[in-house]
Amino acid sequence: MEKRPDIIYLQKKAIEIRKDILNMLTLAGSGHTGGSLSIVEILVSLYYYKLKNDPVNPSWPGRDRFLLSKGHACPALYAVLAHKGYFPRDMLWTLRKLGSPLQGHPQLGLAGVEISSGSLGQGLSIANGIALAARLDGLGIRVYCLLGDGETNEGQVWEAAMTASHYKLDNLCAIVDYNKLQIDGFCCEVKDPGDLKHKWESFGWSVLKVDGHDLQALMDSYDCAEKIKGRPTVIIADTVKGKGVSFIENKVEWHGIAPKKEECEKALQELDEALRKLA
Amino acid sequence: MSASELKMVPSRDGFGRGLVKLGKENKDVVVLSADLTDSTRAAWFKKEFPDRFFGLGVAEQDMFGTAAGMALMGKIPFACTFGVFASGRAWDQIRVSIAYMNANVKIAGTHGGISVGPDGATHQALEEISLMRILPKMTVVVPCDAIEAQKATLEAAKIKGPVYLRLGRAPMPVITKEEDFFRIGKANILRDGKDLTIFACGQMVYESMLACDILEKEGVKARLINMHTPKPIDRDTIIKAAHETGAFVSVEEHTIAGGLGSAIAEVAAQAHSVPMKMVGIQNKFGVSGEPEELFEYFGLTPKKIVIAAKEVLRMKK
Ligand SMILES: Cc1ncc(C[n+]2csc(CCOP(=O)(O)OP(=O)(O)O)c2C)c(N)n1
Ligand SMILES: [Mg+2]
Repeated sequence: MEKRPDIIYLQKKAIEIRKDILNMLTLAGSGHTGGSLSIVEILVSLYYYKLKNDPVNPSWPGRDRFLLSKGHACPALYAVLAHKGYFPRDMLWTLRKLGSPLQGHPQLGLAGVEISSGSLGQGLSIANGIALAARLDGLGIRVYCLLGDGETNEGQVWEAAMTASHYKLDNLCAIVDYNKLQIDGFCCEVKDPGDLKHKWESFGWSVLKVDGHDLQALMDSYDCAEKIKGRPTVIIADTVKGKGVSFIENKVEWHGIAPKKEECEKALQELDEALRKLA
Repeated sequence: MSASELKMVPSRDGFGRGLVKLGKENKDVVVLSADLTDSTRAAWFKKEFPDRFFGLGVAEQDMFGTAAGMALMGKIPFACTFGVFASGRAWDQIRVSIAYMNANVKIAGTHGGISVGPDGATHQALEEISLMRILPKMTVVVPCDAIEAQKATLEAAKIKGPVYLRLGRAPMPVITKEEDFFRIGKANILRDGKDLTIFACGQMVYESMLACDILEKEGVKARLINMHTPKPIDRDTIIKAAHETGAFVSVEEHTIAGGLGSAIAEVAAQAHSVPMKMVGIQNKFGVSGEPEELFEYFGLTPKKIVIAAKEVLRMKK
């Protein structure tokens, strides 16, 4: 088992990433705040603990793959990639600007970005293809794919879920950001997903449920998923949309807007306060 | 050259043979199918290379995404289904997961055109050339017979990036030879002439040959060009033909909205515009019937091509 990084270090990292996300979005003047903030711990625990990767050599064939299927949350991915050293942190402030490789939704070509995404529902199929090809080549990599809970409304997700279990893709781990919100409102009111665990299980997956903001529990779940053989695993990560900023948390209207300058300052104060508490 | 003297082979068979050949030559070639393995001839590959064949069930969107993932890993996936389900059902998947990423996926859309026959409108793809050629990075090839289809399959594997192959179900005349030159993106001039140019793709190349015979008897010398690659379109050949012949007819087993004729017109209109007529499906869905009956029903016949040719000759004056 890999050695786990210091948990306080990771918690601080998560807060710094949140601050960067808010600054990026505020500078950009548009973008998806809620769904970026909800996946920070999921990404930090993957990138700082689980993923075999090399920021200096981002296309190293032996790397594990992380696919952001819910592409609108790319500010979180960009911030983590910058902190890991895939590209200079200064580039974050070009988000959504003409000429920037930090497109409004991820585009292949930016170091660390594995797929173009933004049209929801497509990532898991691509993850399957990567996992199948890796198996064909005897490449012992793992593939992670992060989906939104609203995203699982898409039929293609379930086509892909069937494919992964049919081909027994145990080198694949899906993660659902279960933040209970999508654009039109609460998922259970827009189109009730019902018992997600039961659904995935009935599609032949093993299912782990975890607190999606508990870094230790997330690391446990990735380790556990890796040991499950003969079928794919999905981690249903219980999260709060907009996590970390009181006035953004659990607010449907914060799905697709960026903070204004004053809102950003208020949010940063809250996050700085959280940082102080950690120290 | 009459149909009775020519061998009749569906272009999908040429594709199937090409796949097997590729499978032997290149172990990175993999084949995917969405529950149409026999019909698309993917089965011929599956039989020889079962480990490199992947059935995805009736799930085209998932199939093209899976193919994209395999391409990201260095494979050369050929994803096979009927043209309607490839170009229509999975259009956004092809757009985002394949074209936008310039993923090296080859899309085999069999059962293109009305020659699908009795299955009727839901199975007769009449829009794929338009739907695919509007996507950046996409190459679109419409082979005119089984021999050309085999060559196109082998050539497609050499291109780095997505390629759409439009293939037919019904047996069609074999009009090219193994030794004939074929390169994706380079049109083949089959007959020279100065009075007008007829551009065709797929089985309409053969129908246009018959039309040229009729025209010739009436003293009209038409240049006949096999435009097997609607994209990237061979601009030079079009512009040269515009200057040298001054009138165009396009012929396709496909809607004229956005298809081969449109692609040619886009070039001519911006370089050297000439009078033009488009023979093809005119804003209609297909219907059930036998292929020959349907060619007649939709006016995809040598006779109709001749009429179009005479019209552009009049417009030219
Ligand atoms: C195919 C497609 N349809 C619609 C959209 C617009 N859209 C962007 S985000 C979103 C809601 C997604 O909800 P969820 O997956 O729960 O995202 P999160 O809550 O994590 O932000 C929608 C409908 C899209 N990007 N893609
Ligand atoms: Mg959600």
